Amino acid sequence: MSVPFYVSPEQIMKDKADFARKGIARGRAVVVAQYSGGIVFVAENPSKALHKISEIYDRIGFAAVGKYNEFENLRVAGIRLADLRGYSYDRDDVTVRSLANAYAQTLGAIFTETAKPYEVEIVVAEVGADEASDQIYRLTFDGSVADEHGYVAMGGSAEAIAGALSAAWQAGQDLGTSLRQAVHALGEHGTEEARTLTAADLEVAILGRSRPRRTFRRIDNSELEGLLTS
Amino acid sequence: MSDSLPPAFHRIGTASFAEFLNAAGQRPMSQDNGSVQAPHGTTIVSLVFDGGVVMAGDRRATMGNVIAQKDIQKVFEADSHSVIGIAGTAGIAVELVRLFQVELEHYEKIEGTQLSLEGKANRLSTLLRGNLGMAMQGLAVVPLFAGYDLAKQRGRIFSYDVTGGRYEEHDFYAVGSGSTFARGSLKKLFHIDANSDQAVRIALEALYDAADDDSATGGPDLARRIFPVVAVVTTEGVTIMNEDVIAQEAQRMVDERMQRPNGPRARIGDAANTGGGE
Repeated sequence: MSVPFYVSPEQIMKDKADFARKGIARGRAVVVAQYSGGIVFVAENPSKALHKISEIYDRIGFAAVGKYNEFENLRVAGIRLADLRGYSYDRDDVTVRSLANAYAQTLGAIFTETAKPYEVEIVVAEVGADEASDQIYRLTFDGSVADEHGYVAMGGSAEAIAGALSAAWQAGQDLGTSLRQAVHALGEHGTEEARTLTAADLEVAILGRSRPRRTFRRIDNSELEGLLTS
Repeated sequence: MSDSLPPAFHRIGTASFAEFLNAAGQRPMSQDNGSVQAPHGTTIVSLVFDGGVVMAGDRRATMGNVIAQKDIQKVFEADSHSVIGIAGTAGIAVELVRLFQVELEHYEKIEGTQLSLEGKANRLSTLLRGNLGMAMQGLAVVPLFAGYDLAKQRGRIFSYDVTGGRYEEHDFYAVGSGSTFARGSLKKLFHIDANSDQAVRIALEALYDAADDDSATGGPDLARRIFPVVAVVTTEGVTIMNEDVIAQEAQRMVDERMQRPNGPRARIGDAANTGGGE
């Protein structure tokens, strides 16, 4: 009779975490950054059909890296949760904090209870009345939540990209500046060799602070080209 | 929300908010026996014009012989390119509109694209059919749906019955207690070459004619400054007309009716009026 090997809980968790980290690091990075008029989401994503960035609710946006089917499932669940809240109570009662909580619980449960953790990292952000009241939450595969300010990078080479942004990003800068910093950081540090990213390589959207009701808007290629060159 | 999300949130394959509500066990519709008296919304008119479609509704809700509300809103923006007007039991109708608005937005966010106008009209049909039990007990809702069809490049109007039956209407339509009179008025005033301003005036005249002969339809209330809600949909999207503009139009119309109480006259024998037709 064979005796099953004993594996310590620490080792199981560590193996799962390493597995998830490896999966996430393989993907192209995403940057979310604040600017004076709102929050900009920048993803290196040549696909026009498979989005990494999405609208969740009036003032809430979503960005993700990792396995598409896994974060797509989380994205849809988030939209359902937000729409259900807004429909049951009021549109003003939908907050990014409750959404981040729900994601954290879900990711945490998946990480501990299933054999294979989700290989995803997501950011949910809510644009506020001014820059100080913007909220950006970053959630990792094990359900931990980090409250971020200014900018956040995730995916492959996230640390190098965040390092580049920490030197450049300043409060109160305009959309073009935040966007160009993000694109430059993605191009410079996203892969081993530095590249120049063009509008066709990018998926960009904003949460516009002053827009009425639904603040989420995708920035199309022609507008993006203008912003990148100005 | 301290637990992780229940399975309904992670189910794949549907972009319908109403179906999700049912799956999540959150659908607030209940079956109730016995009849109740509830406020009723009255007249909605809609007509197409060159480049879009107009919808307008009066502001009255009645309960038997009592005016339950003087300034109820019965015409709503459904999404960026469509509007919905409601007649019938006000409470249920307003709830239906709320659900329909979320249904369209939900689909748009999940699928990343808007439903076709026909698709939206069909969804409304399904939602309405869910209310059939209530309709049998006298709590019927009759919506009117209109929008700009971006594929066909024109305004379109859809009417419904309480069973969810969906019918496309040509040129113009009206629903609600004053609809017979409003439709008669629209029939005489409608012309396909009208521009948006003229179409708005035709809609206001039709509502006035409905209020003239139907006690449940409210006319423009100059004393309280309560005027019809008018929505215009073009390729640019939905515009709910500014109240001041409608106030001006209503004032002008009332002044004209001082001279001619029955409103504008359709001329006979005029070549431009009798030739062809629509």
